[in-house]
Amino acid sequence: MSDLLDQLTTLAPDLLEQTGITLWLVVASLLFGGVGGLVVGTTLTVTRRGAILAQPVVYGILNALVNTIRPIPFIIFLVALQPLARAVIGKGIGNEAIIFVMSLAATFGIARIVEQNLVTVDPGVIEAARSTGASPWRIVFTVILAEGAGPLILGYTFAIIALIDMSAVAGMAGGQGLGNYAVAYGLRQFDEVVTWSALVIIIVVTQVVQGLGNWLARRVLRR
Amino acid sequence: MTHIRITEVSKTYPPQRRGGAPVTAVDAVSLEIDKGDVFGVIGYSGAGKSTLVRLINGLEPVTAGSIEVDGVDVTTLSEAKLRQVRQGIGMIFQRFNLLRSRTIRGNVAYPLEVAGIPRAQRAARVDELLEFVGLSEKADAYPEQLSGGQQQRVGIARALAASPAILLADEATSALDPETTDEVLDLLARVNRELGVTIVVITHEMDVITRIANKVAVMEGGRVVEQGSTYDVFTSPRTDTARRFVRTVVRALPDGDALAALRAQHRGRFFTIAFTDAGASEARVFGALARAGLDFQLVHGGVDDIQGRVYGLLTIVVRGDDEAIATALDGIGSGVTITEVTA
Repeated sequence: MSDLLDQLTTLAPDLLEQTGITLWLVVASLLFGGVGGLVVGTTLTVTRRGAILAQPVVYGILNALVNTIRPIPFIIFLVALQPLARAVIGKGIGNEAIIFVMSLAATFGIARIVEQNLVTVDPGVIEAARSTGASPWRIVFTVILAEGAGPLILGYTFAIIALIDMSAVAGMAGGQGLGNYAVAYGLRQFDEVVTWSALVIIIVVTQVVQGLGNWLARRVLRR
Repeated sequence: MTHIRITEVSKTYPPQRRGGAPVTAVDAVSLEIDKGDVFGVIGYSGAGKSTLVRLINGLEPVTAGSIEVDGVDVTTLSEAKLRQVRQGIGMIFQRFNLLRSRTIRGNVAYPLEVAGIPRAQRAARVDELLEFVGLSEKADAYPEQLSGGQQQRVGIARALAASPAILLADEATSALDPETTDEVLDLLARVNRELGVTIVVITHEMDVITRIANKVAVMEGGRVVEQGSTYDVFTSPRTDTARRFVRTVVRALPDGDALAALRAQHRGRFFTIAFTDAGASEARVFGALARAGLDFQLVHGGVDDIQGRVYGLLTIVVRGDDEAIATALDGIGSGVTITEVTA
């Protein structure tokens, strides 16, 4: 027992650093991918047939793009996008490259989540807003996004957890974080303490995120 | 003075599926709605009345025909111009359609924000409106904390916020129980009376029409099959559809099984008495029969108040000498129509 404690004490600085890197990867890609996903998802919602800014062609193209990219396993997407990352941010490996690819993947993943939540906004309420003479843009911000805020928060909570999942394979492209740490020092060196420590931290982070998301959504939905 | 003039308006939806038939929801409808009218449009679901009302404020474009609001043909306006027109036409809905993300105050303020009214003036106007609909104390509540009737009153306050001259009510009481229906209808009548707002009421309930509408159009299959003053349509409906609606409020003429059952119970001749005049009442009819020494009994019917005028439709059974009956009935006079039930 004291052996375990000793080992954990030795590991602590590393674990802390790697947790920090995981959080950095997740928060940075949430920032880019979250905004990207909100824009693409909202565009999908309002351009579909019968919606307030119906644009069947725009919808068709975006929809096909989302459908193509979203199902690609992230580990393959990460490797395949190395050249693009190199072209855009100057490097194909490392944490920044990981953030670039995670942001792209998140944009399309979150777009679908956003769309699925926003289409549930009551069309009657949108019609009521139209009847007051509100413009489509005003309706997007004051009705669709405002009314959909509760479900959106839950959707984003789900997305953050998916991002934590993605960040675990960062090591494949020279990135760091808890996933890489668990593989490099736990799996490859047969050190179960490292593996399980990383696992426990990820569980704790996930629970905290989910708890916060639920709390916030409850406040917005008032139930 | 004509407020809304609907001329030969049609609305056809493209087929739902490739190769399907297009659906004509509104078929060559013409209506004239005067300033200050409470104009009822009644029909069963699918009759096209909800579509018709959405053509007035351009929520849906017409396929053919024209709709003039205050002399301006709204069917030719650009979307931007149409939005301006909509600011002058309030609308309320069956399911209230309040913003759940906003308080009552926020909901009522919405059209004012759209109209670009400064914040301070908005607050004052919202207070005034909530006062008018009697919900001042609910200003900071959220829609789900209110009853259906209260939510509809908020809907009315919101619809009136930008001081519209027209209010469109789409099945506004259909989701409410009878008591709250009364409450909302009273409020609509007040809106019409005190604010002079022209109201177009869409409903499938004849009771709503007789309570507040001075004119009515009956719709079926996208067409207006009958229209006129509520009293006239109610007291002398010309179409089967109108008759069916009238029958939902007055226990009018017994038919089929009901009549057979009555005949089995009562011997004698059956007459229906319709009185459509302020001077006439059942007392005059009963008095005449009694003076003639005839034995009679009221077996079916009722008396209603439509737009402040009395309307009764009674079925009686009379026993006695045919000649005495004829003399007695002849002496009753005007304002009363008596017909023998022969079926």
